[in-house]
Amino acid sequence: MIRLEALTRVYATPQGPVTAVDRVSLAVGDGETCVLLGPSGCGKTTTLRMINRLVRPSSGKIFIGGRDTDAVDPVALRRGIGYVIQQIGLFPNMTVAENIGVVPRLLGWAPARRRRRAEELLALLALEPARFLDRYPNELSGGQAQRVGVARALAVDPPVLLMDEPFAALDPVNREAIQDEFLRMQRTLRKTILFVSHDIDEAVKMADRIAIFRAGQLVQFATPDTVLAHPADDFVAGFVGSDRTLKRLRLIRVRDVMTPAGAGDALAAGPALAPDDDLRRAAALFLELGGDALRCVDPGGRVVGCVTRAAVAARLGGRDAAQAGAP
Amino acid sequence: MPYLVLGGIALAIAGGLYASGLGADILRYRKDIVYLVKQHLVLVGISGACAIVAGVGIGVGLSRPAMARWAEGAIQAVNMVTSIPTLAKLALMMTLLGIGALPAIVGLWIATLLPIIRNTYEGIRAVPAHLVDAARAMGMGSGEILRRVELPNALFVIFAGVRTAMAVNVGTAPIAFLIGGGGLGELIFTGIDLQEHGMMLAGAIPTALLAVVVDFLFGQAQYWLVPRGVNPLRNS
Repeated sequence: MIRLEALTRVYATPQGPVTAVDRVSLAVGDGETCVLLGPSGCGKTTTLRMINRLVRPSSGKIFIGGRDTDAVDPVALRRGIGYVIQQIGLFPNMTVAENIGVVPRLLGWAPARRRRRAEELLALLALEPARFLDRYPNELSGGQAQRVGVARALAVDPPVLLMDEPFAALDPVNREAIQDEFLRMQRTLRKTILFVSHDIDEAVKMADRIAIFRAGQLVQFATPDTVLAHPADDFVAGFVGSDRTLKRLRLIRVRDVMTPAGAGDALAAGPALAPDDDLRRAAALFLELGGDALRCVDPGGRVVGCVTRAAVAARLGGRDAAQAGAP
Repeated sequence: MPYLVLGGIALAIAGGLYASGLGADILRYRKDIVYLVKQHLVLVGISGACAIVAGVGIGVGLSRPAMARWAEGAIQAVNMVTSIPTLAKLALMMTLLGIGALPAIVGLWIATLLPIIRNTYEGIRAVPAHLVDAARAMGMGSGEILRRVELPNALFVIFAGVRTAMAVNVGTAPIAFLIGGGGLGELIFTGIDLQEHGMMLAGAIPTALLAVVVDFLFGQAQYWLVPRGVNPLRNS
């Protein structure tokens, strides 16, 4: 678990002191992904960089796993925290295997063990080890390089990952793919992740919790669904966009609004939903077909229930319903 | 390939010299050549080696964050000293240190030092800041960042500086004779004074060969020692 207590960073500038991060307090549970979201210059990256002490806090405390990081040597602290940045930062003078082996080498692992670990991680990130281990970064595409960047951050299996706009430089297709892979990996790895982003769609997709920053202050810290359904103020509402209801659709599963079996029997055959679909598909089908209800079928084709327009509207609109849905 | 071309030209020249009888003239100075080549190599070797060690050291020192306030000024000063003609540098050294091998070596050392300092400094500064940042974030100390990230990524540029510097060094070494430093300049300048072509060539040909060999060796070192990922020569 990571806990920030009244974390503050003040920079001295010729125009006088500027508070980049202003008394930010938040807690991220083990295995959770927290996205720090906000426009540029809002203090989210500075907050991230204080956690591994690339930036020294002016005041406030950071606890990782209950330990005050002030009491830990910064170099030792950083070796135990994975770090991924937008520019990727692979060392061009080292092969992929050597890049992944940087922290293991600092920790004194034997060469054979470092190489084995690099193989393992490349396989995990869907890069064929035999083809990639001995390549240099200039022989990789952007997506491949960022996969190696993630592998490198995972090299010594740190419990905490800090990611600073890791996928922002990739093209949309690659970005989607690597986000999906990362989510799939995270389901088994259960790292505690702080993830900086300026992209609300990415935040909604990746986050268990979103921390929205404005001018150094934390203005809302809540689940994606709550942020979208109940923005704390006009700034958050503006930032998440006027289409926030549409964005919420991806967060809600069909099974959550489904009326169980029996009710769907009477519906005509046609396109049907699966219980694990999100509501984007339900909304698309409602618009396309114009009906008031849709069948839900399980992978075997058996009808398991139905979704009505009224149920979707109730889930999206009702304040109580939205809060009940928030974990 | 360029070395094959050079080899061909050398063969043609050697053939021409033999046919014209100059070859025999040159060979009369065999003993002098051996003696002076040794002296010449001492001048080049000591001044070059000291310049590489000191130049890389000073360049690295200037690139440290603690030096940031003085580094640009120091590099400006280095550039100014570089612009002094080497002959003038040698003359100045003679004024300060008298005649002999020492002022010659010091003069060559200074002429060789400057391009190495400049390229080391600029090479390290050109390493992208996000690489250094990533290295620090992964838990490298300043020494490790220098050894594993900054120097390897600057190495190609540093080598380019060393090659330039050594070309200057080898090219200037014959002038050392003028301040009593000895070396192959003795044959060249005396040969010119006496209009003795054989003697002149006995000095000039080994000097030329030395320049080619030194550049070849440093070129090979640059090719093989700079990691492939940051070596434009090896990125086909």
